[in-house]
Amino acid sequence: MTAAEIRAAVIEILKTISPDSDFSELDDERPFREQVELDSMDFLDIVLQLRKLYRIHIPEEDYPALQSMASTVAYLEPKMRDLQKV
Amino acid sequence: MYDAIVIGAGLSGLAAGIRLATYDQRVCVLERHTTIGGLNSFYRLGGRNYDVGLHAVTNYARPGNRSGPLGKLLRQLRLRWEEFDLSPQVGSRVAFPGVSLEFNNDPELLLSQVHEHFPQQTDRLRRLMREVVDYDELEGLTATASARQTVAQIITDPLLREMLFCPIMFYGNPREHDMEFGQFSILFRSIFLEGLARPAAGIRLILKALVRRFKAAGGELRLRSGVARIVVEANRAVRVVLENGEELAGRWILSSAGWLETLRLCDDCSRVEPPRPGQLSFVESISVLHCQPRELGCDRTVVFYNDQPHFHWERPAELVDLRSGVICSPNNFLYAQPPAEGMLRITHLANYDRWAALSPSEYRLAKLRWYDRSAAAAVRFVPEFRHAVVAVDMFTPTTIRRYTGHENGAVYGAPEKRRDGRTHLENLFLCGTDQGLVGIIGAILSGITVANRYCLRP
Repeated sequence: MTAAEIRAAVIEILKTISPDSDFSELDDERPFREQVELDSMDFLDIVLQLRKLYRIHIPEEDYPALQSMASTVAYLEPKMRDLQKV
Repeated sequence: MYDAIVIGAGLSGLAAGIRLATYDQRVCVLERHTTIGGLNSFYRLGGRNYDVGLHAVTNYARPGNRSGPLGKLLRQLRLRWEEFDLSPQVGSRVAFPGVSLEFNNDPELLLSQVHEHFPQQTDRLRRLMREVVDYDELEGLTATASARQTVAQIITDPLLREMLFCPIMFYGNPREHDMEFGQFSILFRSIFLEGLARPAAGIRLILKALVRRFKAAGGELRLRSGVARIVVEANRAVRVVLENGEELAGRWILSSAGWLETLRLCDDCSRVEPPRPGQLSFVESISVLHCQPRELGCDRTVVFYNDQPHFHWERPAELVDLRSGVICSPNNFLYAQPPAEGMLRITHLANYDRWAALSPSEYRLAKLRWYDRSAAAAVRFVPEFRHAVVAVDMFTPTTIRRYTGHENGAVYGAPEKRRDGRTHLENLFLCGTDQGLVGIIGAILSGITVANRYCLRP
């Protein structure tokens, strides 16, 4: 998957977790928390959805990498590069 | 082999089941009774639908409000706000001798009422509200200081303190006399700051929404499947044995049966110090009326009454304590489509041992006698309704014992809680009342947090 496809996949996951939020205006460089209402339970769900959909295991010490869209995509890229889009 | 076995198809067990099934675990929820529901449940009698359990959903939030406990749990369970179909309360009252305080889901009403009746205390109440908000509903559980002492440092008028404690204790204090300030904060916020609401169809709507979601996620629900024992090997719960002899194995076992009640199921219970059981139980009567309660002047959603300046939160010496009570009309919420029949539910503290000691004929007689006394006690605080009653049902502490399995019919479970949900076994966890989150929203959040923490964290 390309970086753009990974970004789209993360947006899909965010929409699943929070169906009535609007992610179209999301600033990739700023932390998610400053832009949308996501708490620690929601972050756990991002991790769980990535595991469910793409079999990617993210250890707890790597959670800080999921702070913003840019850092999330950068973190996932080496893990998802060889995956096909689902 | 299941990934997880959940004991009890009440709000917490079903919520835990949804979380686990959503993330592809093989989950089985076991329910002893013929239908779903636990402390909050429903039944049909004489062609009518009745609810038992809490009178209202607390922690009300409008659609679109995503930060509170209600928004949080809807997201976690992938439910839409509309699926709970909540209508806010009309307005409620705390009635003490000579003074009443009105409140609704806007805290400004309570503040203005306190300003009118206790003018010196308004700023103090604002301060209490701020302190209460500072406690997060999960982290706040560690605040073990006495609520009576903490609140007394802020609210200096003893009568106002009693009037605030009365609804809070009725809606979720498992302990006699006092409670932890953390627990007080959660309840204060859920009742006075967020407020009360109800689906027009009652608790069955919420329970059925949870079951639908659970099954859609691939979960398995087994009714008439009471757990007779939990088989223990080397600090692990390896399987459960059902009352019919069938055995089921699971990696994790989550129990909503109560702390003491779950320990008793374990093979090795004799080597564990059991917690003290709760002492506080209720009687509740449901009167069906031939008209809407408001036509009789009973227009409040809930009236919490106490007939003397001091509020006694303790197991009564008699069968029932009529000094205080909760009078609720499920009709008095702002529904789009109001229920056709009027109902009043009246709740009082009651003594389990006294009710359990009655013979069957004495028990039937006691129910009739205490219904009459309860109604007579209630009409001191709400308009006369007894001439409009067309049907009555009543539950007692022994009914609660039978349907929830709670020792002593203790509605809110053991006085001491297992905040982290852990037990003496490494893969057996508690959810529901004895994990410490109370009310309808609390029970659901309890199932979610325990499932997240122990069965889903990578």
